[in-house]
Amino acid sequence: MKKITHPLFLCLLALTHTVSQAGEWSGFAGLELRGFNQTAQDSRQDHSTNFSFVLEPEYYHKWDGGDQSIAFVPYLRLDENDNERTHFDIRELTYLKAAENWELRLGIRKVFWGVTEFQHLVDIINQTDLVENLDTEDKLGQPMINLALINDWGTVDLFVMPYFRERYFPGTSGRLRTIPETRQDRSLFESAAKEKHIDLAARYSHYFGDWDIGLSHFYGTSRDPRLLLGTDNSGTPFLIPFYDIINQTSLDVQATKGNMLWKFEGLHRSGQASTYNALAAGFEYTFVGIMNSAIDLGVLGEYHYDERGESAISIFEDDIGIGARLAFNDVQSTDALIGLVWDRDSGGQFFNIEASRRIGDNWLLELQGRFFFGQKRRDPAFSFNRDDYTELFLTYNF
Amino acid sequence: MKKKWILSILLTLLLNNVFAETPKEKGLAIAIEADKRDSGWTDQIADMSMILKNKQGDTSERVMRITTLEVPGDGDKSLITFDDPKDIKGTAFLSHTHSLIPDDQWLYLPALKRVKRISSSNKSGPFVGSEYAYEDLSSQEVEKYKYKWLRDEILNGRDTFVIERYPQYEHSGYTRQIVWLDKEMYQPLKLDFFDRKNSELKTLLFLDYKQYLDQYWRPDSMQMTNHQNGKSTVLSWTDYKFKNGLSDRDFDKNTLKRAR
Repeated sequence: MKKITHPLFLCLLALTHTVSQAGEWSGFAGLELRGFNQTAQDSRQDHSTNFSFVLEPEYYHKWDGGDQSIAFVPYLRLDENDNERTHFDIRELTYLKAAENWELRLGIRKVFWGVTEFQHLVDIINQTDLVENLDTEDKLGQPMINLALINDWGTVDLFVMPYFRERYFPGTSGRLRTIPETRQDRSLFESAAKEKHIDLAARYSHYFGDWDIGLSHFYGTSRDPRLLLGTDNSGTPFLIPFYDIINQTSLDVQATKGNMLWKFEGLHRSGQASTYNALAAGFEYTFVGIMNSAIDLGVLGEYHYDERGESAISIFEDDIGIGARLAFNDVQSTDALIGLVWDRDSGGQFFNIEASRRIGDNWLLELQGRFFFGQKRRDPAFSFNRDDYTELFLTYNF
Repeated sequence: MKKKWILSILLTLLLNNVFAETPKEKGLAIAIEADKRDSGWTDQIADMSMILKNKQGDTSERVMRITTLEVPGDGDKSLITFDDPKDIKGTAFLSHTHSLIPDDQWLYLPALKRVKRISSSNKSGPFVGSEYAYEDLSSQEVEKYKYKWLRDEILNGRDTFVIERYPQYEHSGYTRQIVWLDKEMYQPLKLDFFDRKNSELKTLLFLDYKQYLDQYWRPDSMQMTNHQNGKSTVLSWTDYKFKNGLSDRDFDKNTLKRAR
């Protein structure tokens, strides 16, 4: 038998070997079921249950002793009822190079700023993927060049963002949308460059003993658009997202004093109609091992204020949030979070519950419930007034 | 008469100090010697897996990588990156430990890309649902305990010092621990934990010690048994590497964000 020693074969063998050695795939696939217990405000939102499938694989490869890496995270959601909720996104496609005094990141990724729990006020780099969830924690991948300069006196992050991602809004038949509907295809921009406006940001972050602070400035396209009222040819009203060019300076601080965490976020924004200030401040206190068990109970309280008051795009214009977090510290990592947000101005209330538990080694079951009470017509949250829902989300993690 | 009495007390004290250690002094001296012998490794990288077992025998596995930086005069710095279970893959935990004041701890949550400074008063809480508490796994500094030598004893054919030690950290979950310290390695072979009510809570066995760099002894396996709930956790160490040239930079919040 002739030995296979053809150079091409050897190359192929080497390549196969390299690829199989290089990087790793992980991620999750999940099935989501939402049940709505009230008839929707708009008759076109005519479903009371909704199935959704999500897939988020992740490829990661590092070399150079971990000082260089690439990550690729595509995301897909298929939704039963809402065409806008069915979407594909690249959550991450990044090259990273780390050195002693700097770190460079090129590509699409997600960045989080902030410390509070009920609202992520100062978090601005990424656009919110609003079709995913109301909690604004799901983000669209943001293209950027990010250079972090690492010094003894703190880290300075510089961001250049060459492409803006428009907010995704639920479609006509989707629940949990504005009434009237917000039309992404009718978006307007202050900048003539539209989504090609180059946005810039800088952030200083460091910690001093038990104080962690972040001081940031952002210049560019507002992530949260103003919503202007328009009508189409048939006279049906709809909302037009309008993206201003803004300047925003923000500060986020956390003081960690034993079992007590003190949190503050504040911002000053100009360029989006009137100049305004907003803040979110509060605490989280943890009772460790309650009633001689392994269970930790956290108690949260936050106040949220937006100077624009009733005209604020945000639903957090003069709101108090209280909540409790239970961590069972068990093998299944069971935890639960309940929260209530009370609008001091309109009296509207928003109740939220989230819980999760691992099943076996690879499955995770999450429960979520969001309920709206007493929203007044003038309140931005009035749109969701009949969209109370309970969700079960089962994922397989690999 | 009175003068003579005081003099004899002073003499007794002096003689005691010079010629015979009290059990407390002996315990402390052994702890200092153990600390001295385990100094100078600079930094350490290792893989760790935990098998959690409940009373019924059901098991669950945790896999993580741990890097540690020796900090002379203070507690060590460590970074733990989780690989299993898959739903917490990529979660990373950074801690700058201290002897008597709370550690500085940050948690990185990969789904949100969020770094959270967390309260570290909870040293007595379970680590990832296992029978280990955070304080069982954090660095062992001399100042963390007061000591009392109890006796010498042969354990599984090895000569050991049996020392009782009392945690000085106010939030510790233990009133006391009894440690069987191998006389040759100056490393523990067995550790008994007593809870806040002074009842026997857990026993930890250190197995299969190997020596690295001709000096540092590390166990391949550590078996923790909880006598009160019948659960156990077997912890296995693999791939110990020392003196990797790590620095403070490898244990900062920037590194935490890209640990995986």
